[in-house]
Amino acid sequence: MPESTHRGTLKIFLGYAAGVGKTYQMLDEAHKLKDEGVDIVLGYFEPHGRRDTIIKAEGLEILPRRKIEYRGAVFGETDVEAILRRRPQVCVIDEFAHTNVPGSQRNKRWEDVQVLLDAGIDVLTTMNVQHLESLNDQVWQFTGIRVRETIPDWVVKQADEVVMVDLPPQALLNRLLRGVVYTPEKARQAMENFFKESTLVALRELAIRQTAHEVDVRHPLEEETETAELVEGDHESLPSPRQRSSDRILILVTEDPSSAALIRRGRRVADYLQAECLAVCVLRDGSVHRIPESQREAVEKHMKFARNLHIEPSVLRGEDVAQTLVDFARLHKVTQIFIARPQQKKWSMVFGRGLVERVVRLAHDIQVTIVAERRR
Amino acid sequence: MLEVCLLAVIERNMSTNHRPDPEQLLRQLQAEEQFYRRGRLKIFLGYAGGVGKSFRMLDEARRRRARGEDMVVGAIQPKVSPEVDALLQRMQVIPQRIMDGVPTMDVEAILRRHPQVCVVDGLAYDNPPGSAHPKRWQDVEHLLSSGISVIATVNLQHIEERREQVEKITHKHVTETVPESFLRNADEIEIVDAPPDFCLQHGPDGLLPNGAGSATLSPQQLSELREIALLLAADVVDYQLEAYLARHGIEQLWGAHERILVYVSPYADAAKMIASGRRNADRFHGELFVAYVNWPDITPEEKTVLEGNLAQARAANARIEALDGEDQADTIMQFARSHGITQIFLVNELSNSWWDRIFGQPVEHLIRAAENIDVRVFPAEDAAHA
Repeated sequence: MPESTHRGTLKIFLGYAAGVGKTYQMLDEAHKLKDEGVDIVLGYFEPHGRRDTIIKAEGLEILPRRKIEYRGAVFGETDVEAILRRRPQVCVIDEFAHTNVPGSQRNKRWEDVQVLLDAGIDVLTTMNVQHLESLNDQVWQFTGIRVRETIPDWVVKQADEVVMVDLPPQALLNRLLRGVVYTPEKARQAMENFFKESTLVALRELAIRQTAHEVDVRHPLEEETETAELVEGDHESLPSPRQRSSDRILILVTEDPSSAALIRRGRRVADYLQAECLAVCVLRDGSVHRIPESQREAVEKHMKFARNLHIEPSVLRGEDVAQTLVDFARLHKVTQIFIARPQQKKWSMVFGRGLVERVVRLAHDIQVTIVAERRR
Repeated sequence: MLEVCLLAVIERNMSTNHRPDPEQLLRQLQAEEQFYRRGRLKIFLGYAGGVGKSFRMLDEARRRRARGEDMVVGAIQPKVSPEVDALLQRMQVIPQRIMDGVPTMDVEAILRRHPQVCVVDGLAYDNPPGSAHPKRWQDVEHLLSSGISVIATVNLQHIEERREQVEKITHKHVTETVPESFLRNADEIEIVDAPPDFCLQHGPDGLLPNGAGSATLSPQQLSELREIALLLAADVVDYQLEAYLARHGIEQLWGAHERILVYVSPYADAAKMIASGRRNADRFHGELFVAYVNWPDITPEEKTVLEGNLAQARAANARIEALDGEDQADTIMQFARSHGITQIFLVNELSNSWWDRIFGQPVEHLIRAAENIDVRVFPAEDAAHA
């Protein structure tokens, strides 16, 4: 088969918990495609021992997993090389958010999928809404669970199609009780933790709203600009024509742990407003190499995190953080500065002369959003 | 109620090694009582014909029948796809009555048969004159109150409150409708979602009342309907979450959407801030509140500014709230907390000493109190030069 020059299309079946039927619905679609004569394979299939799912996969070609040994155990991961050799038109890859076992070629399954898409293979995949990076804090607020396996929002944004797989929470709990989703002990454990009805209802709402957003950004809308009416004057460097608003958000990255939540929030707001998103880190010497190691590690971790979310942070040199930040913002026509709300115990020290107040005062022509860390 | 019912079932099944406490027993009793008194309603909501509602509902009916539930089909659409027809072959169908040449759900026959669950494909039908109820959803209500559970389908365009919005997209007038409250009060709703091209392939035109099938709609129209249907479903889920929490006496927990509070004063024109609040609320599919504090002594000029701001707020279709309180920052925060606000917008009026007069350390005071809430400070010039 000739090498494809087109990038493959990505379709995501989005749910809110294990057992809502994402894999089942994806396999249903796989059968339909096969019946239409499409060359389709299951590149990674994870039925979790569920009978209905196993039966549903019958008649579809399943590619073997790549065996990887780690700490004396053998794990099976997506065999990207084998899929590329097989070159199907469409490849089904379950559990998009999965982290590959150490020793795999790529860290994350979504990175494996990128390779397939680049090779022109269409991919069908599944994920739950709580794996979306920018929702991490909100999900934690609802559920008390810090989801570790996350997918950067831009990866989902790339998808050509996002479809909601819905099931009312009561029906899901019934499935759990019938032992369809997990073994009885595991089901019992699950119901005490994640599978509480109020948690499920909240996650479901999140998934529905996220799908509505994904639909919204995929249908052509009228031009709308936020800043066109907000900021007077000319814009010398307008964003690319694809960008539908001239909003520009700037996030201040520091060594403080609140930076992660701040970056997520800034990214999310930027995506919803279809704005550009920038980040800066202000250091006295303008170099991460001249600061204490503990601080440096934290700063570098946060900058890496920002890059992971497709925000390229600039490192600035400046004695005065507020002034340097605001100067940069003005120079780059930023419309909104995002800074973290100082933690409670730090308030007494910085009261009156705090960074927040200084930024607000200096940025007299720019909006400043002070992001509060979400607490439970 | 349904959750109570479910809890009882869970407890019976899961906690066999726990001794049930009296409260649990009471809940179980209430649940069982409730169970026998009224049937449960489940609605499959789709955004257009051909999205696959009927198939999903009948597939569920098939599975439930296999698990031993007594199911009958009370009403089906006049034309069905081969997949749906295959499922129907395996179900008991109560024949519809022909009244005035119109096939009508035979409520009397269903009541006589009294199954556990009745399948009603298409909630939005008008019954011919002389029927017991003018609307099919009222027939369903009758079945529910007689203790028969119902699983049913409905299309976005038939929801009364969304009709106008939908007609703007489809340019088709729909007369047969179901009130949104009927959807909200269902025990369960399930969204049937699929990309527009799926509807275009599978939507048998003319299958719906008024011939409002999908084949005549463009992918863009379908995409817009899809978004509205998802947001409607999110609202229903949000409503049900709040109802659930209230019934269980659980501390308020807010739904997943953004709630923006724009705080306006008599000292600065807030037109741009309100416009921005509206845009943000729209982008986030959230809610917009505009609040002000009742000021005891303001000059006529200030009153004019405030009234101008409130006129803007009304034009932006915001929920307007007048607040009373000694400490302004506390008053705003109290309102914000009790309304699940996620973002507060306000103007930083540094040029005016108003902030300092009233707040002491104004912005900071508010930001400090704003736990879990983002505060967006707008430049004074921005707001003033509207």
